[in-house]
Amino acid sequence: MAVLECPGCQYRYDEAQGDAHEGYPPGTLFESLPEEFTCPDCGVRYKEEFQKLVSD
Amino acid sequence: MTTYTLQHPDKGLISYTDKKRYLWIASVIMPIFPMLGIFCYYQTGSQWALAIPLVFTYLVIPVLDWLFGSDENNPPEEIVPQLEEDRYYRILTYITVPMHFGVLIAIAWFVGTHELTIWSVIAMALTAGSYSGLGINTAHELGHKKPPFERLLAKLVLAVPAYGHFCIEHNRGHHTHVATPGDPASSRMGESIYKFIWREIPGAFKRGWEQEKVRLNRLDKSVWSLDNDILQSFAISAVLQGGLIIAFGWIMLPFLALHNFWAWFQLTSANYIEHYGLKRDKDANGRYERCQPHHSWNANYIFSNIVLFHLERHSDHHANPTRRYQSLRNFEDLPELPNGYYGMYLLAYVPWLWYRVMDKRVLALPHINGDLSRVNIDPDCREAIVAKYGQGELVAA
Ligand SMILES: [Zn+2]
Repeated sequence: MAVLECPGCQYRYDEAQGDAHEGYPPGTLFESLPEEFTCPDCGVRYKEEFQKLVSD
Repeated sequence: MTTYTLQHPDKGLISYTDKKRYLWIASVIMPIFPMLGIFCYYQTGSQWALAIPLVFTYLVIPVLDWLFGSDENNPPEEIVPQLEEDRYYRILTYITVPMHFGVLIAIAWFVGTHELTIWSVIAMALTAGSYSGLGINTAHELGHKKPPFERLLAKLVLAVPAYGHFCIEHNRGHHTHVATPGDPASSRMGESIYKFIWREIPGAFKRGWEQEKVRLNRLDKSVWSLDNDILQSFAISAVLQGGLIIAFGWIMLPFLALHNFWAWFQLTSANYIEHYGLKRDKDANGRYERCQPHHSWNANYIFSNIVLFHLERHSDHHANPTRRYQSLRNFEDLPELPNGYYGMYLLAYVPWLWYRVMDKRVLALPHINGDLSRVNIDPDCREAIVAKYGQGELVAA
């Protein structure tokens, strides 16, 4: 499970936790988020701009 | 004055004092102005006094912007984390939330319990509406922030002008699609504000509702669920405005309708002037480039910026939407508005004058340099605009 970060506003998407408010249940891989996904906090950064922080 | 300091490994001691620190309190004493008309009415007995707040907002503020001019100071980037952490700034935004409820209730009480001419009722509705428009501005500042408490306050204050869909539509819709031809909250060159409003108000509601529906469907919930953030805000509006109708009678119906409309129209006016004619380029994948500072019109006028929590530093806001108001920066070579927002609203209300002032400014921007293909143009006006300005021959060879 990886954690990915928005390079603009540092919003973090943790695959292990998902994002309950956005409707992504725990364990939802970043890869399987919709293609048109943009940062839920800033709305500026596209999906492929997110940077992987840790993975195992 | 609080001074922030930092020992930087390369740059040495960095210190910063926010000269506007105590001026921001002005946003908390703003309700004095809507109430001033009522106070002067009691002093003089003349209903003309009720027009004072409107005169102040739409005529005096533009003059004060011209008089006091611009403040182009930026905090050093290294200091920004300290500035953002300073709770003083956000507490000012929190305090304004209950004040928006209080001012609407007070003006409604005045209208409901005094014998007034129809013109006075209209003046009071517009006064209350312009102050609730500032409530949308407070919701804008709070709704962009990450702490859930601030998002809750945004939802509450949006209930005052019954505009509960704003934060969802604005953060997800407008910020993602800003300065593109399809964005109902970005105005096109040649489009008057009276045409724009027919795209802006319905378009915002539709897009906000769609966004919330998609989110709730992912949660396996209906869009009519109690978890719908838009419906929660509108439920508070129903209690507030329904209560005013019960308390003060039928006069509240036209009063609240005009109040709500005028608050929404403040937002329409802001949206109209913030991105007029500006367009993002498409990248190699055919997708719009990331929003840059030159995709928003900026203004550094000190007075109206204080009233609006730095909303006029709009270029940095769109490039960095979660940045708090006290840390928003000015940049070199931005599209600059020739007056603060209230002065520009007046100009927008007179379309031929607006085009005269703004169209040449759009074309003179360094990244456009006369090239109409880089301008967001109203398709209905394209022919007339091409006939007037040519198809890009101003471009430097
Ligand atoms: Zn972000």
